Amino acid sequence: MDHQPFFKRGPSLVARLAFFGLLSIMLMAVDARFNQLELLRQSVGLVLYPLQQIANSPLALSRRAGEFFVTQHQLASENTRLRQQLLATAVEAQRNHSLQAENAYLRRLLASREKFAERATAAEIMSDGRDPFSRRIIVDKGSSDHILPGQAVIDDSGLVGQVTRVQVLSSEITLITDKGQAVPVEVVRNGLHAIAFGHGQDNLLELAFMATNMDIRKGDELVTSGMDGTYPRGVPVAVVTEVERNAGYPFARITCTPSAGVDRYRNLLIVSAPAPRPEPAPKPEHTPKPAPGKKKK
Amino acid sequence: MTASAPVLKRPVSGPFIAMSLFAAVMMNLLPWQGIALLARPDFVLLLLLYWVIHQPLRIGMAAAWGLGIVMDVADGALLGQYALSYTATVFLALVLHRRIQAFGLWQQALHVSVLLLASQLLTLLAHLASGASFIGWSYFLATLSGTLLWPALGLLIPLALKHKPLPE
Repeated sequence: MDHQPFFKRGPSLVARLAFFGLLSIMLMAVDARFNQLELLRQSVGLVLYPLQQIANSPLALSRRAGEFFVTQHQLASENTRLRQQLLATAVEAQRNHSLQAENAYLRRLLASREKFAERATAAEIMSDGRDPFSRRIIVDKGSSDHILPGQAVIDDSGLVGQVTRVQVLSSEITLITDKGQAVPVEVVRNGLHAIAFGHGQDNLLELAFMATNMDIRKGDELVTSGMDGTYPRGVPVAVVTEVERNAGYPFARITCTPSAGVDRYRNLLIVSAPAPRPEPAPKPEHTPKPAPGKKKK
Repeated sequence: MTASAPVLKRPVSGPFIAMSLFAAVMMNLLPWQGIALLARPDFVLLLLLYWVIHQPLRIGMAAAWGLGIVMDVADGALLGQYALSYTATVFLALVLHRRIQAFGLWQQALHVSVLLLASQLLTLLAHLASGASFIGWSYFLATLSGTLLWPALGLLIPLALKHKPLPE
């Protein structure tokens, strides 16, 4: 005889575990492989957004209070410093202006594309990523400000990362130090091309696949090469801090420190991605134009 | 009902459970950073375990799964990893709840530490499966802090319930 429970309680515990467990695993697989769950993520994220703002408010409030209680002396000294900086940058801006004109002329001569569009959106860091396994930050601009996934993010001293996920009012930026994040770079000194990989650790990048006889020295500056079409060209990425050549390995171990100060500033610039590359032109003989008379039906 | 019958538990109101879980979500959402983020106990999981152990008929795996999805989105993690670990941990708690109820607070905390560890191991496994590398033993600080928080929960929640007026 079968055991009948006195109270009806729905499916058994194990059945429920199997159901929800399988559902979670399926979600994980779909999310990791196919990226098809952005709608679910965005809708939950939109509901969660005000709660996150409320949770963040004590910190923001304390920061604002700290800004309010600045002394006169601090303000005065900062003012002087800024004025001096303004003078210095004004001179540089003038020089830059003439250089830009000259550069545009030369580029037109070379018939190459402009380096990158000047459109950029300023964003403020809302919070650090909460996942200790990855290097990510959340900023306060989202698809309502025309942020697109894949855009590059810079600060005043260098490349910070890339927009990886966009919600309506916020977006997630994967830092270049995140594990698996790769940036095509070139060495300023000699134009050597390389790829800088993040390692999931703060302040560490590594140049991968560089043979031991490559001309790379400690102190070399690396800038983006722009070969990927994702990052604009010429943004400082990192400085080489250590070159380790071991005859036992085919590649040198080159570690670098990122130039951007992600942990120092709160304001970032999201620069628009360069225009997509033109599709290769279809060969005319393989794609015959349908006759206009036949198309109408 | 007199105050001398503390053994008889009054049923906890649904809104109270919901409010406590909401508060736990808010606690998790606070801007924890760096080592504080690693050492932060998972308030949502702790509250879930508390209610599952004390009111197993009111709340179960469906709630755990839903809250897991919410935490997944909040953390920007792989969708489903908290859902999986919360569901499995709540399953273990449902299996063990009679046994855990029979113990004092500190012995309960010992049981809960095992549950929290199981949850963290599952999350770790999901991360490793998706290609992350292990971030060091400080990852398990959350289990420690959660275990230490359990007796406080066991003292505070009955206190909060006691001050509510009796229904007529």
